[in-house]
Amino acid sequence: MSQLLILWKRFYSLFAGVQAHWKSMSRVQRLSGYALAVLALYLAPWWPKIPGIGWLVNTPGTQFSTVLNDQVIIFVLVALGLNVVVGLAGLLDLGYVGFYAVGAYVVGVLTSQHASLPWIVALPIAVLVSMLVGVILGTPTLRLRGDYLAIVTLGFGEIIRISAKNLDWLGASRGISDIGKPPSIGPLKFGVIDPKPYYWLGLTLVFLVVFCLYRLEESRVGRAWTAIREDEDAAELMGVNTFKFKLWAFAIGAAVGGLAGAHYAGKVGFISPDNFPLQLSILFLAAVVLGGSGNMPGAILGGIMVAWLPERFRNFTDKRVLVFGIALVLVMVFRPEGLLPRRVRTKTAMRTSSDGKEVAQ
Amino acid sequence: MTNEVLLDFNNVTMQFGGVTALSEVSVKIFRGEILGLIGPNGAGKTTCFNVMTGVYQPTQGTVMFNGSDITKLKRYEITQSGIARTFQNIRLFSEMTAVENVMVGADARKTSSIPASLLRTKRQRTEEKESYDRSMELLALMGIADRASDAARNLPYGYQRRLEIARALATEPELLCLDEPAAGFNPAEKQELNELILKIRDQGYTVLLIEHDMNVVMKISDRVTVLDFGRKIAEGLPQEVRENPDVIAAYLGVPDDAA
Repeated sequence: MSQLLILWKRFYSLFAGVQAHWKSMSRVQRLSGYALAVLALYLAPWWPKIPGIGWLVNTPGTQFSTVLNDQVIIFVLVALGLNVVVGLAGLLDLGYVGFYAVGAYVVGVLTSQHASLPWIVALPIAVLVSMLVGVILGTPTLRLRGDYLAIVTLGFGEIIRISAKNLDWLGASRGISDIGKPPSIGPLKFGVIDPKPYYWLGLTLVFLVVFCLYRLEESRVGRAWTAIREDEDAAELMGVNTFKFKLWAFAIGAAVGGLAGAHYAGKVGFISPDNFPLQLSILFLAAVVLGGSGNMPGAILGGIMVAWLPERFRNFTDKRVLVFGIALVLVMVFRPEGLLPRRVRTKTAMRTSSDGKEVAQ
Repeated sequence: MTNEVLLDFNNVTMQFGGVTALSEVSVKIFRGEILGLIGPNGAGKTTCFNVMTGVYQPTQGTVMFNGSDITKLKRYEITQSGIARTFQNIRLFSEMTAVENVMVGADARKTSSIPASLLRTKRQRTEEKESYDRSMELLALMGIADRASDAARNLPYGYQRRLEIARALATEPELLCLDEPAAGFNPAEKQELNELILKIRDQGYTVLLIEHDMNVVMKISDRVTVLDFGRKIAEGLPQEVRENPDVIAAYLGVPDDAA
């Protein structure tokens, strides 16, 4: 165990070295660094082919790009959304799968079950409906705190699943099939065999979500959320309309969850209530906590780990869940605040210290 | 100090089950004064604060602020109408930086919400800059600007106390309620704080001050109100209150043979 710790420390100092080097680079160098990273992400489906390290990321038994889209992208999106609710605003939501299901079902209903709208039209509707459901659920329940809120949301997730299972209008336990697919863009065909276009689409959605959430985090809204998480009463006494901002956090989290659901439905083409079990809510939450609650890069990393690790160890068959569980326990023991814990944001610090001149964001 | 009543705490009774924390207490605060609120432990001083700032709904009585009834307003609405407070036990947003803590207060006067923040509208950016500039200004006023970008929890105790005052001032209050701001300070720090409170008053704020330390209260208060067992037992100039036999009895007790 101590060897493992030494290894980790070495890795960490290497990481810190890279970070220091990164900070010393010029703006152009950094921008090109970002561009390269983005390019590398879009090329991720070919990572397993990289000689030497390809085997490390490869997922035996399942096509790597399938894992990338159906697992990693979905979990990253969901973790980003849930991170707003749990990590920023500090509202424990154990029924997040409910919003994910709403997003998927809206697309299912609008493109196959009761209408035949194109996927691209159903997508924004799915996001809006999920958001609305978030508001409807949030309005009565956000008066509760802590454990009570957790229990109510837990119930919500189950209500959605069981309703879907029993409503013929939603296909009952047969589910909904022949769900519409995203429209082809030039040579990019969203078919059944090649998952890569879906991955690229999903990755683009992730970037979009990150961009939006970053803007919210770095604003009055983000400060209100953090203040609520830190001390709800004090926040309200400092003039924060806590209910309104909690509801916004819920609605935005729900919207991102719905987006993930809509993307999922478009890819797999078939959904049924069994796709949305309670266990998924727990895994979503695990992704956020494992990665680093309240820190977007952390949530993303958590989503990647929770999605990819079980697939990486698929040839352990039954024991893979055990391996996964042990991995979770180890992370929580050695990194109790997650793999990338949130740090006090230094942005405001940078703005003053650079040359004493204040830069408007 | 003028004769204009800023806050009228009118005949307020506050009961918690069978316990009466405040019993028919009436206090008037005049614009521009420093009113000291004193009393032994458990006298109901902080309960008074909590009723004023909307933490508790009084069992009976009303709180009028600037001529309008604020008894039924929500807490954040009371803050927005111009009352700000600090806490007896420091309650900062500990994982946020000092300047962000103050910005939360400054945000009380801003309106840009989700859509504006997503689009980064011109007004949103102006508001952000205003909040930031005002917060840095207040940190400088409190003499803690050098640690503006440190997490609140990493600040020394004295800084945290002053940060609480800065955060409250950022909400642009007319009435600033300080709940034992000098608790845990040494004499030199208390002296500094006194000067700071006077400076704040001179900038046009009205100050309500809960304090245990008689030196602090008597030195800087324009008037003093004394509570004991949830009742107002004295009110007046510091000198008068100091010599009031009821006040002396409340603080020092009554000798057995005199009772």
